[in-house]
Amino acid sequence: MAAPWVSLRLVAPMWNGTRGIHRLGGAVVPEGNQKKERKMLQFLNNHFYDVEALRGYLLQREMSKVHLKNRSFTWLEEQHGPYSAGAFFILKQGGAVKFRDKEWIRPDKYGHFSPEFWNFREVPVEAVDASDCEINYEGLDNLLLLKELQSLSLQRCPHVDDWCLSRLYPLVDSLQELSLAGCPRVSERGLACLHHLQNLRRLDISDLPAVSNPGLTQILVEEMLPNCQVVGVDWAEGLKLGPEEQPQDTASPVPA
Amino acid sequence: VAHTGRTVGRLGEGDWDGKVSEIKKKIKSILPGTPCDVLPDTSHLPPEHSDVVIVGGGVLGLSVAYWLKQLENRRGGMRVLVVERDHTYSQASTGLSVGGICQQFSLPENIQLSLFSASFLRNINEYLAVTNAPPLDLQFNPSGYLLLASEKDAAAMESNVKVQKQEGAKVCLMSPDQLRNKFPWINTEGVALASYGMENEGWFDPWCLLHGLRQKLTSMGVFFCQGEVTRFVTSSQRMMTTDDEMVTLKSIHEVHVKMDHSLEYQPVECAIVINAAGAWSAQIAALAGIGKGPPGTLQGTKLPVEPRKRYVYVWHCPQGPGLETPLVADTSGAYFRREGLGSNYLGGRSPAEEEEPDPANLEVDHDFFQEKVWPHLALRVPAFETLKVQTAWAGYYDYNTFDQNGVVGPHPLVVNMYFATGFSGHGLQQAPGVGRAVAEMILEGSFQTIDLSPFLFNRFYLGEKTHENNIM
Repeated sequence: MAAPWVSLRLVAPMWNGTRGIHRLGGAVVPEGNQKKERKMLQFLNNHFYDVEALRGYLLQREMSKVHLKNRSFTWLEEQHGPYSAGAFFILKQGGAVKFRDKEWIRPDKYGHFSPEFWNFREVPVEAVDASDCEINYEGLDNLLLLKELQSLSLQRCPHVDDWCLSRLYPLVDSLQELSLAGCPRVSERGLACLHHLQNLRRLDISDLPAVSNPGLTQILVEEMLPNCQVVGVDWAEGLKLGPEEQPQDTASPVPA
Repeated sequence: VAHTGRTVGRLGEGDWDGKVSEIKKKIKSILPGTPCDVLPDTSHLPPEHSDVVIVGGGVLGLSVAYWLKQLENRRGGMRVLVVERDHTYSQASTGLSVGGICQQFSLPENIQLSLFSASFLRNINEYLAVTNAPPLDLQFNPSGYLLLASEKDAAAMESNVKVQKQEGAKVCLMSPDQLRNKFPWINTEGVALASYGMENEGWFDPWCLLHGLRQKLTSMGVFFCQGEVTRFVTSSQRMMTTDDEMVTLKSIHEVHVKMDHSLEYQPVECAIVINAAGAWSAQIAALAGIGKGPPGTLQGTKLPVEPRKRYVYVWHCPQGPGLETPLVADTSGAYFRREGLGSNYLGGRSPAEEEEPDPANLEVDHDFFQEKVWPHLALRVPAFETLKVQTAWAGYYDYNTFDQNGVVGPHPLVVNMYFATGFSGHGLQQAPGVGRAVAEMILEGSFQTIDLSPFLFNRFYLGEKTHENNIM
């Protein structure tokens, strides 16, 4: 295990982005009233073609909105340089950018941001805070323009999944800090492709609902990246069963 | 009180019971009658007419059905029927597959098919979206494929990688030193070069894909039937070619589908038949008269697809390679990959031509692992010297004995039979692309997106092999 690595403090303080997690199908467990609404909707869907067609149309519209947000901005590269193009993409999504030796640039609650970064042609982007942004696999084309990125935060991004993680390897030379906390679609299979990022010093994999066995995954990721400090679950979490809980465990039927 | 009453005609007196029974009769004659059980129940039979009949309900057949319904010009314009003999899929190659997808082929068409399939799987919840159903989780592991080459294969691997990079696959070459650096558990003795897929390669759960396709097809209105195709009724037409030769063109207009465990069959009138029967495609082709003729002629060219049995073994090795392990394919042909988080691995090896096991059943030969697979694995990964086999299974390859590549497209003589079979172990990873190509062939008349002309049936008669160097 490496010595504890002091974070460069490149991650911006938390901004309350309540854009909510996109509900494209049952990733979040509904409770109470929501359950009844859902049942009613399902009943109507199963009995009426119109309701089914309308729901299908609304679903398609949501998906095309996400596609529109992740359209390609690489054409900006010739005019303004790769760093400004990538930064523009992040800012349009609602994330925050930090250029080297400059302050954090983030959009306000109306989505407006200062246009000063268009002048920073040669200044590389050091850190990106894309928490709660709707970045997906296609949008990573734009993010990968930022060749010298050191810190990337993809916390609670609803569309970042295992496929996206397999695209992060071009940032191997510079990326030192990565945070995937709270991403609903990231599982241990995607974490396996992070082994390319040999310069990574801090990795945050806490609160990943799709990971089947958080304690074991943490151990395996730590073995995979020996120079990296992995922040996630306490690896002894699964072992903390007290003696009074043991009998209950053995009584429950083991699924075949 | 039962007294025989006579109707007297005066109110309040007489025949009360008789009156009640008369009233009952009147009410019965007005209300709808009792259920009529004269007609027998035919819900298990396929419909009597269908535009397209797809023989074989595995991933290829379902993929063709999906793209036919997706690309048809008018919604509900085509009636598609999928006939599957075994609804448990107990011997189907799809379910028994290792589930890998990779772009490291030598033919550009194979690379493009695989790339499209990767993007299909990536966006599977947009392609196969069904309202009310939860999103599909393919359990995709994007860990990539690592192919190792010895001295004599190194040059071929280099040229293959060049072609792959040209087509857009993200593959990189590694020297033995780089290999040892990245994967310290590998023994690089005998390895001259390695190619490693960085993106769009890995393995996934084929059952999930099958289930997702079935769900989407049911919602799109495709008919499913469990039965066996026993007969094709064809009509022939004699025509003259430009060289003044007589040629007989056949066209199938009826398919007889026989039900399980009975002699009952249903003749289905159809316009197009698609042969996606996997390992048993040759039997279906023979039913249509393909191959019945003097050898060496087009009529006598059989479909060269036969079932080949392949074993897959699962073992446990606590000191084995870690989470980053790709699917490693050794110089000897042995391959392995991780399975889950618990130090389990699965793998196998293709036997040489002379040691091909008998494909009559799916029994597993454990000695094969001991003698032919384990030594190579232990040589390549020293940690595998201590391993314990947990389980094993066997599955069929629909093996194309001619050139180990798929057969796609129409037959030149039986004009309305289209093939989508013979992929020799990479059918699952090319299914979405092939399905789209066959649908385009049927609807537009030619391949629109990926040109699969090298995979047409004609090559068996003309003797032109489209050989693929990299198969496992």
